[in-house]
Amino acid sequence: MARAITTKQKVIWTALAWAFGLLMFFPIMWTFLTSFKTEGTAIADPPVWFFFDWTLENYTAVQERSNYPKALMNSIIIAVGSTLLGILIAVPAAWSMAFVPGKRTKDVLLWMLSTKMLPAVGVLYPLVLLAKWLGVMDSRALLIVVLMLINLPIIVWMLYTYFKEIPGEILEASRMDGASLRSEILYVLTPMALPGIASTILLNIILAWNEAFWTILLTTVDAAPLTAFIASFSAPEGLFYAKLSAASMMAIAPILIMGWFSQKQLVRGLTFGAVK
Amino acid sequence: MGQITLNQVTKSFGDVQVIPPLDLEINEGEFVVFVGPSGCGKSTLLRLIAGLEDTTSGDISIDGKNATELPPAKRGLAMVFQSYALYPHMSVRKNIAFPMRMAGLDEATQKTKIEAAAKALNLTDYLDRKPGQLSGGQRQRVAIGRAIVREPAAFLFDEPLSNLDAALRVGMRLEISELHKKLETTMIYVTHDQVEAMTMADKIVVLQAGVIEQVGSPLELYHSPRNKFVAGFIGSPKMNLIEGPEAAKHDATTIGIRPEHMTVSKTEGAWKGRVGVAEHLGSDTFIHVHDTGLMDMMTVRITGDIEATHGDTIYLTPMADQMHRFDAQGLRI
Repeated sequence: MARAITTKQKVIWTALAWAFGLLMFFPIMWTFLTSFKTEGTAIADPPVWFFFDWTLENYTAVQERSNYPKALMNSIIIAVGSTLLGILIAVPAAWSMAFVPGKRTKDVLLWMLSTKMLPAVGVLYPLVLLAKWLGVMDSRALLIVVLMLINLPIIVWMLYTYFKEIPGEILEASRMDGASLRSEILYVLTPMALPGIASTILLNIILAWNEAFWTILLTTVDAAPLTAFIASFSAPEGLFYAKLSAASMMAIAPILIMGWFSQKQLVRGLTFGAVK
Repeated sequence: MGQITLNQVTKSFGDVQVIPPLDLEINEGEFVVFVGPSGCGKSTLLRLIAGLEDTTSGDISIDGKNATELPPAKRGLAMVFQSYALYPHMSVRKNIAFPMRMAGLDEATQKTKIEAAAKALNLTDYLDRKPGQLSGGQRQRVAIGRAIVREPAAFLFDEPLSNLDAALRVGMRLEISELHKKLETTMIYVTHDQVEAMTMADKIVVLQAGVIEQVGSPLELYHSPRNKFVAGFIGSPKMNLIEGPEAAKHDATTIGIRPEHMTVSKTEGAWKGRVGVAEHLGSDTFIHVHDTGLMDMMTVRITGDIEATHGDTIYLTPMADQMHRFDAQGLRI
C-alpha cells in the first residue's frame, strides 16, 4: 500500500530539506561573496550581504602574490596520480577478496578500514623522518604515495563492494574460455565494473584534492598543491578574509565543477553499492 | 578426443565431504547426463571436471592426460552455465569471439567461425546486439555458440535449460541433442529433471549425496533400477513403492510398480481403492488412487481418456512381469 502523504507534510518536508541544504551551502556561498569584497567590507559588522561594490581585486592580488597555476598543477597531479596508483593496486586486491575469499578476508577488510581510524598525526614523525632520509620531502612523488596509502582502504572497500555484485559465473565462463588471470581482469571484470570504478576514481580524486594535513606538512614550495596555497593566505601578516576567500574559491572551483558534471556517478559512489 | 576418467575423486568443503571417493568413465562422443535431486553433488562433480573447483584427492584425466592440476583454461573443455554467463558488455559477435581471441586465432578465422556458428544457431541477425537485448533462448544459443567455436574435447552443461519456459525447454533440448549428433563430441549434462535425462542421454549417472547410485542407459535404468532410489527417481510419474504384507507376498521388503504397468477396472482387480484426483492429459490419464491400504497414494497411468470421478471405487491390477522387487537394504532382488 502506498503511503499517504498530505500536502501539508510535503510542504513541511520540502521546507526542511531546503533549510538544511542552504545551511550546508552557506559557508561556500559566504566564501564566494566575501571573495568579491574589499578587505574592509569583508570584516564589516553587521555583515554586508549582497549590496557592496563587487571587486575582482582579491583575485588579482592572489595571483600576483603566489603561483596559482603551479599549485593547481600540483593538485591535479597529486590527486589524479594517487587515485590511479591506488586503483592499480586495489583492483587485484578487491578481485581476490571478492572472488576467492579466504578464512580471514573479512578480518583483512576490517583491519584495513581500522587504519582509517588512526589519527594521522600518529604517523607524522616516522613519515617525515623517512621522507627526509629518502630525500623526497616536498616532492609530488611522496605525496602521491602518501595520499594513495591513506585512501587505499576506501578504494579497496568500494571496489570490493562493486565486484561482489558481479556474478562469479561470468568470470568462471571467461576462465573456461581460456582467459588468463590478466585477461579475465582486463577484458571481463574491469569493463563490467567500469561504473563502479569510475565513481571510486571520482570520489577519491575529491578526497585527495581536499586532503590538507599531509599536503601542507610534507610540502614547502615545489610540490605545494592548492591546499597549501590557501593556507599560505591565512598565516603570517594576520587574516585577510577577502583574499583568503578568493584563494579558497580558486582552489575549490575545479573540483566543484568536476563534481557538478559527475553527480550521478558520485551518488552511486557514496551509497557504496548499497542501492542496486 | 573427449575421454574423461575420474579415479577415486573426492571433494570436501571444510569438514564436509560432498563427494566421497568416486570413479567414473566417460567415453569419447558420449552424451552423459548427471541427474539427481538438488544438493546431490552433480554440479560440484561437473565443476571438478571443469577445473572450477579443485579436487580434494583423486585424479581426473582427459584424453589420457592427467588434468587434475590443470587450470580450467588448459583443459580444453567448454561450459554452458545455467545463468548463461554471457559477457554483458560485449556484443553477441564479441561474446562468441572471446575464446578464439584468448586462443590468439587470427581475425579471418574468427570471422568464418563466428558466421558458421551464428548460422547453425540462428543468431545471424543478432550478432551486433548485446546479451541484454536477447530473449532467454537466444542467450542460451549464444552461450552454446561460444562453446562450439572452441572446438572443445567435451562440452559441459550445467542445468542449461532451467531458466527457460517449458515450451522453449523442449525445443532447446532437441537442439542440444541434434548438436550432439552432428558434432559427435563428448557432452556432460547436469540436470535435476529426469525427463531431460531420459530423453537426451546415452548414459545416465544417478547421484545421491555425492554417491553414484547407478550408471546406465536410460532404458536400463527404467527397466532394471539397481535400488529403490533410482526406481523412484527415474520415470514420470514416479514408481509406486509398496511395503508390508503385500510386498512379503512377493518375497521382498518393497515392491515397485510403475503407474503405466497397471490395468484399471471398475468391477474387479487385485487392489481396491478410491479415485482421488484424475489428471486428463488427453493422450494419457493419471489417476491418483487413495485408500488402497498399500501406500498413501498410488498413481496409475492409462493410455487415452477414461471416465474417473472423484470418490469412485476403482480396481488396479499390476502386470506381474513388470514388478520390481527390493530387499531390506533397498537393493534390487
